[in-house]
Amino acid sequence: MNRLAGISKKRRVKIALLKALMLIAVAIASGIVIFLAVYVLARGLKGISWELLTTEPSYINDTIGILPDILNTLYIIIATLFFVVPLSVGAAIYLNEYAKSRRLVAVIEYAAETLSGIPSIIYGLVGMLIFCELFGFETCLLSGALTLVIMNIPTVMRTTQESLKSVPDSLREGAFGLGAGKWRVIKTVVLPCCVDGIVTGCILAVGRILGESAALLFTAGFSHDLNGLFEGLFKSGATLTVALYVYTKERAGLEVGFAIAAMLMLMTLAINLLAGAVKRGFKKRRDL
Amino acid sequence: MKKTRRLEGIIHGCFLILGLITVGFVLLITVYLVISGIPAIIEIGPKEFLFGKRWASTAAEPEYGILPFILTSIYGTCGAIAIGVPVGFLSAVYLSKLAGRRIRTVAEEAVSLLAGIPSVVYGLVGMIILVPGIRKLFDIPDGASLLAAMIVLAIMILPSIIKVSMTSLDAVPKEYEDASLALGATPVETYFKVSVPAARSGIAAAVVLGVGRAIGEAMAVMMVSGNAANMPGLFESVKFLTTAVASEMSYSEGLQRQALFSIALVLYVFIMLINALLNGVLKKRGEK
Repeated sequence: MNRLAGISKKRRVKIALLKALMLIAVAIASGIVIFLAVYVLARGLKGISWELLTTEPSYINDTIGILPDILNTLYIIIATLFFVVPLSVGAAIYLNEYAKSRRLVAVIEYAAETLSGIPSIIYGLVGMLIFCELFGFETCLLSGALTLVIMNIPTVMRTTQESLKSVPDSLREGAFGLGAGKWRVIKTVVLPCCVDGIVTGCILAVGRILGESAALLFTAGFSHDLNGLFEGLFKSGATLTVALYVYTKERAGLEVGFAIAAMLMLMTLAINLLAGAVKRGFKKRRDL
Repeated sequence: MKKTRRLEGIIHGCFLILGLITVGFVLLITVYLVISGIPAIIEIGPKEFLFGKRWASTAAEPEYGILPFILTSIYGTCGAIAIGVPVGFLSAVYLSKLAGRRIRTVAEEAVSLLAGIPSVVYGLVGMIILVPGIRKLFDIPDGASLLAAMIVLAIMILPSIIKVSMTSLDAVPKEYEDASLALGATPVETYFKVSVPAARSGIAAAVVLGVGRAIGEAMAVMMVSGNAANMPGLFESVKFLTTAVASEMSYSEGLQRQALFSIALVLYVFIMLINALLNGVLKKRGEK
């Protein structure tokens, strides 16, 4: 059964060539992924020690610890989500439940797309101008978090919108029929149904926050002091990615750099898997 | 009754404000960049600023010509596209049409990992592997060059190109392919002569998205491109629009600082043009 039997030689060569090109491309792409993962993990994992994870950097002992950076990352994630969830869920609800003008919806969606296309260095610059200088917050985690809020609104808005769209209209009509007002319907019927979109959006936002560096350099700064959540928010601090950059650039901290890189890589993987699992889990529950 | 109606009205208003938040942020960013970017352009002179070939911001008699940055950003993006698009596009065709289910699932996971890896990690690996590799291979004094940046950018845009191309290739109606197969074309011929042309606007969107990504990337490029304000050459140490801002912002003042905002404004204009182009491409697909 040779399917290529009755085909001219020229065509056969061309087909073989295209196939070969595709395989080469796939080999290159997968080679890059495998190499990156293996190399970063191999070089980084051995640098991760209990001491590194649980201490502050000390000039006296000449040791580097990344506990402050881990905490700063955590604080920024908490602060960003705190603001971004209500804002973007509200925006998604407006678009899906209230908006009547199609043109307005198109404008808002275009703006969201524009926001997601703006490079993070520009966010960093504008964040610095607005939050650090205009509002007078100075360089601190809160300024960084507020900058990231603007960046992440489109992400959470989009996933929420998608899940709002999949809430069947019959549910809304049922509630209206029972005499509920619009706000009550949204609060008690629509919102509980779109939790999956909000959760997925938050996970994706956490992924973006973890990976962000250019937007934080000028807004959140890069000191490595150990602080609690509330005092920390008003002080300058480096997140893990910024610390990676600073350590590889300034002090001879390549090993620390790779250790952080390996941690970030594992976290990225975990976040991707988690986002997928959440999506699937909720879909299953909805299909029931 | 009147009270509840008023309450509903207030809530509607609140959601309207939230809905307009993305538009507000886009306007805010635009206005801020224009306000802070224009003065330096006027002071330096638009022609000297945009087409000046020398950038010497810290010299005794400073010169602010950003042509080297503009050209570097354009060349770097073109190079990244030239390397990244063929690999990404051919991989997408293979994964979308020829690959088995299991390979596809693994590949999708790998692509999202690649998309989620923080840019500083790319920069770190590029700095440790690519830069010395280029130095040895081409026997030049320093491997931190435009070429290194192009390769890193090519890898960084791969995931968006593969993902978006795959989505549009998957959406090609099966009837098109069946018809071609029934007429005697082999599967590979069908994919390239029927499926790819049918998905061309999606693939174009993937390329434009890649351009946007590449031109806006700062941190990874900063770590591998050497950061000297030379006119672009493959083996020259160069500065991009993004890295010019990122590398000088922390110690700049006066006119130099304002000039950095002007650079950001130029970058923003580029991004806006790319966004408009992307929207045009996608709209065309919607109308078809």
